[in-house]
Amino acid sequence: MFRRGWFLPIAAALGFSFLYAPIVSLVIFSFNESRLVTVWSGFSTKWYGELFRDPQMLGAAWLSLQIAALSASIALVLGTLAAVALVRFRRFRGRTLFSGMVSAPLVMPDVITGLALLLLFVAMESFIGWPRGRGMLTIVIAHSTFCMAYVCVVVQSRLSDFDRSLEEAAMDLGASPVRTFFDITLPIIAPALVSGWLLGFTLSLDDLVIASFVSGPGSSTLPMVIFSKVRLGVSPDVNALATIIIGIVATGVLIATIIQLRSKPKKARA
Amino acid sequence: MTATHDPTIPPPRRLKPWNAVERGLAKVGISGRMLVLIAPALWLLIFFLVPLAVVFGISLATKQFGRPPYSALLSTEDGTVQLTLHLSNYIRLFTDNLYVAAYLSSIRIAAISTIITLLVGYPMAYAIARASDRWRNILLMLVILPFFTSFLLRVYALTGFMRGNGVINQFLGLFGIEPLVMMQTDFAVYVGIVYTYLPFMILPLYTTLVKLDVSLFEASADLGGRPLRTFLSITLPLSLPGIIAGSMLVFIPAIGEFVIPSLLGGPETLMIGRVLWDEFFTAANWPRAAAVAVAMLVVVVVPIMLMQRAQSAVVEK
Repeated sequence: MFRRGWFLPIAAALGFSFLYAPIVSLVIFSFNESRLVTVWSGFSTKWYGELFRDPQMLGAAWLSLQIAALSASIALVLGTLAAVALVRFRRFRGRTLFSGMVSAPLVMPDVITGLALLLLFVAMESFIGWPRGRGMLTIVIAHSTFCMAYVCVVVQSRLSDFDRSLEEAAMDLGASPVRTFFDITLPIIAPALVSGWLLGFTLSLDDLVIASFVSGPGSSTLPMVIFSKVRLGVSPDVNALATIIIGIVATGVLIATIIQLRSKPKKARA
Repeated sequence: MTATHDPTIPPPRRLKPWNAVERGLAKVGISGRMLVLIAPALWLLIFFLVPLAVVFGISLATKQFGRPPYSALLSTEDGTVQLTLHLSNYIRLFTDNLYVAAYLSSIRIAAISTIITLLVGYPMAYAIARASDRWRNILLMLVILPFFTSFLLRVYALTGFMRGNGVINQFLGLFGIEPLVMMQTDFAVYVGIVYTYLPFMILPLYTTLVKLDVSLFEASADLGGRPLRTFLSITLPLSLPGIIAGSMLVFIPAIGEFVIPSLLGGPETLMIGRVLWDEFFTAANWPRAAAVAVAMLVVVVVPIMLMQRAQSAVVEK
């Protein structure tokens, strides 16, 4: 029943159609002439044109891209440091608290994270006068904090299964720990760093709830604009936007998978 | 083969900026180890732990007009510092039926969705783990792809799919079936959670299933174990860590879910994330929202700890 039967292929096929059918229909209807998103009335790319003439949408997209790039970079540095600490330093004071703090943002409901950070920013502003008001800076801080948890998980798994004897050899040959890290460790964990950064970037680009709490007037991110449009019903330009995003993501994931398959040594099947 | 090295050519010089950095830091008495630890620890302390404490503090204040819109906990009057704590938010939480109902219905919705996600995701993860090398990579990519695609846009894609004149109802219409009302029901919320969280379930399940030793199944089959029996007595128990990890990754964020109930659910779909949102954005009652958050944390922390304990017990066995 399970190894060579019909059950698994059918279950998997159904599961994957469930995952993809709504996305496929969304992409198809982005090329629909009619404003009614569900009635097909001919091929058209006018919603794409509309999208690129919408200054609110373009402004929000640009802001979101900047925030995502900044947050992913900060999260990359902090998350990698945290991963190194957790994997390499076997024992230190407060380790349990530290590892708890690193992994808790992964499952913390967004509404709690958002509210907590907002209340912190408001309290900080009234005590020390920083951060003044809320906007891009506060969103970047919030996003860096939850993205670093994801970076840490990705880097941690790469760090814990690579051959430590390479590092030991470098140190035996007289390299300092810092030099060993930059010369040996960093190149080896580079793929994890790339995927960690990309993960942080997409998570930041995607976040609605946390950004809604910590943003200020005039700093609406792309998801916030999309959400306010979608709340009022289906709008075809959102379909067009979704198609563009899906296209970019699909290309990126495809390239990453091909690179990974190419770089994997033939014998790597364990 | 003796003259592989020409002694006249010096080894290539390389820039070593880190040596200088290291020496500089050592002079101040900071070890690299401490430096590695201190930046992420400090960041998390300030932007993760302290905010939770602030939430707890403000949950003990009351709503007030002004900036910030809550009463001060500490005040100085005639040179004495006064600490004013209000329990009214918590009392309201327990006495107002809205909040209790929202908590219970969040837990119910999250639990049912988690079970459905497990039932849908398990065979998929198993199929991927047992697929040939080539197929496995393609299928894994297909699972990861939606994971990287915008969560909000995937929920939006579902609305176009399930609405009154959406794809499903048009398809049913071809067979003369009356359109179903799916949007703005609890059903749509279940579908939404299963749909968006499915990759979170599949990936940890796949990780445990792919590591299982195939010889165990063969041994069981050789001993006359039926496939179903083999599955129940070998595969299922051995994949328990994956089941727990996947379920935790679905259940906990689903409890606080806001986007799915507000886009797919109806006005009567009560979920605590939505209540918190309305309390904050619509009613502008920050202390009440903070109290809701603290109570949600209590609800969420208990399953996290229980499941982590269960998981470590499984690993030790």
